[in-house]
Parts: sequence; C-alpha cells; structure tokens
Amino acid sequence: MKTTKTTYNRRSFLKASMLAGGGMMLSVSWLSSAKAADKLEALNVPGQWVELNGYIQITPDNVIRLLCPNPEFGQNVMTSLPMMLAEELDADWKNVVVEMGPHDNTKLGPQFTGGSNSVRMYWKPLREAGAAARQMLCEAAAQTWNVPVGEVAAKAGVLSHSSGKSAKYGEMATKAATVAVPKGMKLKSPKDFTIVRNSKKNVEGLKVITGKPLFGLDYRADGMLIAMIQHPPAFGMKLKSFDASQTLKMPGIKDVFSLKLYEDGFVQGGFDTRTFNDLLVVVGKSTWEVMNARKKLLVQWEPTGDSKDTMAGRDGKREVTIPGGLESTSAQLEKMQEMAKKPAQLLRKDGDPETAFKNAAQIIERTYNAPFLAHNTMEPMNFFAHVTDDKAVFVGPLQAPGWVEPTLSKVLNLPADKIEIQMTRMGGGFGRRAYAHYMTEAALISKKVKAPIKLIYTREDDMTYGIYRPMYTATYRAALDANKNLIGFHVKGGGIPEHPVHANRFPAGAVDNYLAEGWEIPSNITIGAFRAPRSNFNAAAEQSFLDEVAEAMGKDPIELRLELLKRAKENPVGKNNEYDPDRYAGVLTLVRDKSNWNKGGNEKYHRGVAAYFCHNSYAAHVVDMVTRDGQPYVERVFSVIDCGIVVNPDSAKNMVQGAVVDGIGNAFYGALTHKNGAPEQSNFHNYRLIRHNEAPKQIDVHFVENDIDPTGLGEPPFPPVFGAVANALYKTTGKRQYNQPFKADPEKRI
Amino acid sequence: MAQCGACTVHLGDTAVRSCQLPVSAVGKEAITTIEGLSAKGDHPVQKAWLEHDVAQCGYCQAGQIMSAASLLKSNPKPTDADIDAAMSGNICRCGTYLRIKEAIKSASTNNG
Repeated sequence: MKTTKTTYNRRSFLKASMLAGGGMMLSVSWLSSAKAADKLEALNVPGQWVELNGYIQITPDNVIRLLCPNPEFGQNVMTSLPMMLAEELDADWKNVVVEMGPHDNTKLGPQFTGGSNSVRMYWKPLREAGAAARQMLCEAAAQTWNVPVGEVAAKAGVLSHSSGKSAKYGEMATKAATVAVPKGMKLKSPKDFTIVRNSKKNVEGLKVITGKPLFGLDYRADGMLIAMIQHPPAFGMKLKSFDASQTLKMPGIKDVFSLKLYEDGFVQGGFDTRTFNDLLVVVGKSTWEVMNARKKLLVQWEPTGDSKDTMAGRDGKREVTIPGGLESTSAQLEKMQEMAKKPAQLLRKDGDPETAFKNAAQIIERTYNAPFLAHNTMEPMNFFAHVTDDKAVFVGPLQAPGWVEPTLSKVLNLPADKIEIQMTRMGGGFGRRAYAHYMTEAALISKKVKAPIKLIYTREDDMTYGIYRPMYTATYRAALDANKNLIGFHVKGGGIPEHPVHANRFPAGAVDNYLAEGWEIPSNITIGAFRAPRSNFNAAAEQSFLDEVAEAMGKDPIELRLELLKRAKENPVGKNNEYDPDRYAGVLTLVRDKSNWNKGGNEKYHRGVAAYFCHNSYAAHVVDMVTRDGQPYVERVFSVIDCGIVVNPDSAKNMVQGAVVDGIGNAFYGALTHKNGAPEQSNFHNYRLIRHNEAPKQIDVHFVENDIDPTGLGEPPFPPVFGAVANALYKTTGKRQYNQPFKADPEKRI
Repeated sequence: MAQCGACTVHLGDTAVRSCQLPVSAVGKEAITTIEGLSAKGDHPVQKAWLEHDVAQCGYCQAGQIMSAASLLKSNPKPTDADIDAAMSGNICRCGTYLRIKEAIKSASTNNG
C-alpha cells in the first residue's frame, strides 16, 4: 500500500515531526519497522512467481504463495482457507506465505464472507486445487526423472523417488506449470491430515501486533481526497436544500455537492440496501478538515413521505413501498403489540394445534421483545475509490465484492472487467459489510470530483446511519396435558420490518401439534444481516421459553430438550425439519458432561443452559453466573460446538470465546432505539459494548469430534449465548427475562 | 470521542488516546506508537500476543497492546483487577478479552 508524504495523518505526522527534528524524542522507528520480518516482503522477487492455479504460486527458490479468496474480518479465513490448500498440496507450512487475493470470481470462486460459509463452501474446491497442484508437481518430477508418476512421492514440500532422487517443490514449479491440470483428484481421508486439524497461528498476527496498515482506514494513495456524507438527522427525512458557503470557506475543502445514489427505477439486489439515497457530500484534503467543515453546513431536511424502491425479484422486478414518517421505539412497540393480535402468515402447521390448546390442562404463554442492534464494527465504514473514464479502482473493507460489482458496473456505466477491487482486512464485519453501499457512494463521489477519494464514516455516522439487526417480538405458547406432557407448541413471531421465525427448526418435528406464524411491519429504518440473522433473536426467546416450560413440567431443562430430540429422531413430526436430532443432542449431552451439570462443585454458580442450531452447526452453552458488586456477572462458560471437522482448532476456540463475549455483551446492553426517526445512540458512551472487566474469567470450549465436512462457526455459537444468559439471570435474580437488553434500566428496556 | 481506545499511544510511559490529545499537550514527552514499541515486533507484550494468537479482526489490538505495555511498565505484576482497571477503556468488538488477559499475564511472567 502506498503512503502519501504530503498529508499529515497520525502515522506520517510522527515521521514528519521526527525528520523536522521538532524537539520531540521519538522512540518510534517508523522506517525500520517497515522491514519487520515479513516473509513475503523479504523474499518477494517480482516476476518469479509460477502460477499453478488461481490460488497457488511457487517461486523456483521454493516459497509458496497461497491466495486467500475470501475477505478477512477476524474469523481467520486468511489462515484456515490456505491451510486447506496446503493440506492437499502437502506444502511445508513454514515455507508458505499468504496474501489476500484480489476480487476475481473466475479464478478465486464466490469470495463471499458471510453466513458462516467460508470454510464450508471452499472445503472441496481448495483441497481440489491443492491436490491438483501437487499432482502437477509430481508429474513434472516424473518427467524430469523419467520415472512413472505413480512412483513420485510428495511430502512437506519435497518430491522424492525410491531411486534417491528428490527435489523441492520450487525446483519443479516451472515445469509443473506446463502440465495439464488434472481433474477428479482423490482427496485425503481425514486421518491423513497433517495441517488441517493442527492449530496454526494467524498468518497476519505479526502485522496486526506491529500496527501494519492492514485496514481500509489505513489506506492512502497519492492525491487522495477525503469525503464525508452529511446524512439526515432521522430516518424518514431527506435532503431538501443546503447552503455550503460557510463550509467552502473552511481550510482544505475542495467541494460540496449533493448526488443521488441510485437513479429512480434502479433495480436493487438484496444487498444494495442503503440508508439514504440523496447524499450531501463534503470533499477536502484531510479527515480533520472535512469533519470540521461539515459542521458548518446549513441544511434543510424534509420528510420523505412514502417512497418506492424497485427490487430484483424472482419474476424480474417488484416495487416495494417504504413508509414515510418518523418512527419512535415506544410507538413501534405499540404497533407490534397490535399486529401480534391480528391473523398472521401461516409458516408451518403439524397436527391439530387448535384442539391441543383447547384441551390443554395448562397453557404457558410468554412474549419476548428485542431491539434493533447496531453492528458497531471497530473500524467504521470506509472505502477508497478512484474512478476515471475507462476504469475504476477500489480498495477497502467489504464482505462480498461479487455482490457489489454489478451495482458499481451499472451506476458507473463501466463493464465489470474495468472494475478492480482489492479487499483490505476488515476491522469487523458481523454482516454490516455485506451491504457495500458505502463503496458505491465512494464511486460516485470519485467520479464527480475526478480524483481518488476515500469516503469515511465517523463512529457517529456509522452508528446512526446503520443497517441494523431488525426489531423483533415473538409470542410462544406451550400446551401441557394433565400429566404435564407437551402436547402443543405455537410460535407467532413478528418484526420491523421482517419476522424472525425459522418454522422448520427445533422444536418443530418434536411436538405432535405445532404451529408457526409470522407477520411484518414495514419501516424506513434500514435493516440487514447481523451475526446469525433471526437466530440471534430466536435462540434468546425460544431457549428462554423452553427453560420456563421445563420448569412447569418439573423437568431438568437439558433433559426436556433431549426427550424432545429423541422424539424428533425416532418418530419425527412433519416434514422439512432442518436439524439433525443426533447432533443437536450431542452438543447438549457433551455440555452437560463438561460442565458437571446437576453435579456437585458448582454451588456458587447460578447456571443457565441453551442450545441452538443454525448455519449448519450446533452449539450449546452452560453459563455460570454470580452476583458481583451487586450485579449479575457471567464468571464462567462451558461451550460445545459441532461444526464437523475443525480446520484450525485454537483459532476456532478463539472464535467461540469471542462469540460468547459478544453474546453476553449484546444480551446485557445491545440496543439501538429511535425517537422521531433519530437514533438515540451515537457512540460508545450511550451504546454500551461489553468491556474487559465484564468478560468471563473462563470460557471452556469443546468441539464434538467427527469427520463430517466442516460447517459454519462464526455465527452458530453466538445465538444460544442470549438464551443461556437469560436462563442464568432467572436463577440469579428470580426473574424471567422477556425484554432485551437485560441489563438496561427497566424503563429503558424495549 | 475517546470511547474505544483503538488509537492508544504512549506519552512518556503513559497510555493516552491520541484522538483526544492535542499536540500542544505533548510538551517534551516522548510519543511511542505501536510501530515504535519494538523494532521487530518483539516487545514482551507483542510476543505474548502472538503466543496466545489473540487477534481476531485485529483493529483494536494496537491500542490494546499499548495499554497493556503501559500497564506492565508501571505495574510489572498486575492482578486480574489491575488488568481490568487498566484495560477497560479498550473495547474489543470481537471479544478477545480472555486472551488479552492471558497474554498480559504471560508478558508479566516473561518480564521476570
């Protein structure tokens, strides 16, 4: 990445000050640190890379470069995906360097980070690519040594033959590149893995801890200007007019203008969501100057009224009405309560739930509410764009370059092959960066000012200009007969603007009479995927409810779940049950054993349990709570995950621990509320995130061991944390939790 | 601002938030950034960070490391409570707090 020498930023300020000798004693070694032991920079000889396929390049002096196809947002795919390549390549991991690949769906596959899908979707293609390259190297050795290819062995980066001949991969790379690419390679059996299933350190660990410019916000280019957008103060408002005369007088300001992101009738794909369409833009030389000048804008805003968006649909396009109005959380809650009483869309029905509830000896009915959540990635949204007449170059953080490229192509009127996207390491994603409208905004701004620009959202922009986790509610009902058997189960869930119900998930399939319904209230508040969409609410509500049902039935909460899962396995009710009852029961029995559930030695703890299935994986937690300084505190957690083969175990453990901390934080504090359309939170002083002192002292992570192809891990451990925390809170305080966030003042809970 | 701690640097040996520190307040004190903590990323805190493979997204970690290094300078053997008190201004959205604490303890031990 380039570093400009003309603009002072935090990094170059120190360097420039040092060169000017301004009386400052700097211990910073800015220049020498650029030479930190980075294998690639030390060894890279441009032009010497031999490409064996899109993912694998080797130098004649035996350095292997693996390209990671998927953007990295902390789930460590830059390590785990190359491990899958190296496994079948039989590379020596010590000689491997990893780089983020450019956006190139032809060579590098779907390149989508999200849905806990990276390892799952690349599991076969990357191993096949590794195996094919290995075969090509064996073939090259066979030709060179004039022996049958079947007699050439490859191990840890070395080719050998029983005659005593041997060669490093690098020596055969040039010849291997001329060999026809083999197909239908036989892949290793899991028992033969030497890299996969063996913990490898984060390949970017050294860069992270030495502060290398890895992130979009670090990126600089010569002549680059900074752009910021002044967005409306509230959802439901839009730009009417503005007076930029004061702003333009401020130092460093180049231009102020408004532009339309999507023209009328633009057909939006599912990830083209944007918060506001009429953008008021300030462009200047530095972040500081633009931030200050933006405050001098005199802007008139006006209500949007009802508006229409055109969305891509299965049958071409469809019109969607976005309601006008300034929404407030309290009014939204009232509206939801009204809607909850009305007939809803039937999502699934088994047996005769109406009769079951009519004949019930006892009905338990509980309603759960949860607010909008802001993603709050540590690195706010930003993107670099340089658009010229015949080309567009983008650098920055996003989860799915292949989804925004068609949009860029349309709004810029450039063919896709003239659009170059380089993904930086993301300072967090959590779903937010699947919606790359900020990149399209950057594109149009660069095109307008005819210069390279970086669009930056401040923390406040990021939080108040979000694509939030929707606001949800669900009412659960359980029918018990006189013997306290569960004879009916009913979930009716709704949300603004989407309902959360996964109708075919547990306990569907385990109860004879089952009903799932959903309803929705449209809104002008923008929403999108947030770590385990919908599941992150369902696992809180459903798993709290099941805890309460178990109590009413006089059963242990794990035992009740296991009984229901046994039923779902032996005699499943209905069709399309999404989960595997055995694997679901597996995480519950293992967490029961690991946590010594219902056994001695845990008397100091108030214990809560929950389990959930989502993104093809299974997770269960036991949360051990104490009262500390008068407050409930999660001191210890036992987590069990079944995600099939675990590619990089220590890193996977880190991910689960992080998901637990994230879950506790969001369950306790997470809430984005609105008043007259305006978000009421804008930074971390009024949007609480969990901090060091609130993290558990211990999170024990266990993976179910099996040889099933790997499934998701980034999301599945997250949702059941909410339920386990709620159930532990009940044991701690004696009160059931129905409204999130759990630790908000009662009047501030939604 | 000064809400997240990601921009933490040292003023002398003290961890400060660079987003809130005017140049006029620097005086003759030395400023150290993450790039200057060590020449090769081998400060005990950095080494401990690698040993525990702390980072997820990594965006906050420079600030975490600078806060930890400052803590250990003034308090070479911090208790859990000391660590909580010194580190609670640094948010990690990925939730790597447990590993950060383990790494600080390792660095403390390795410091002798």
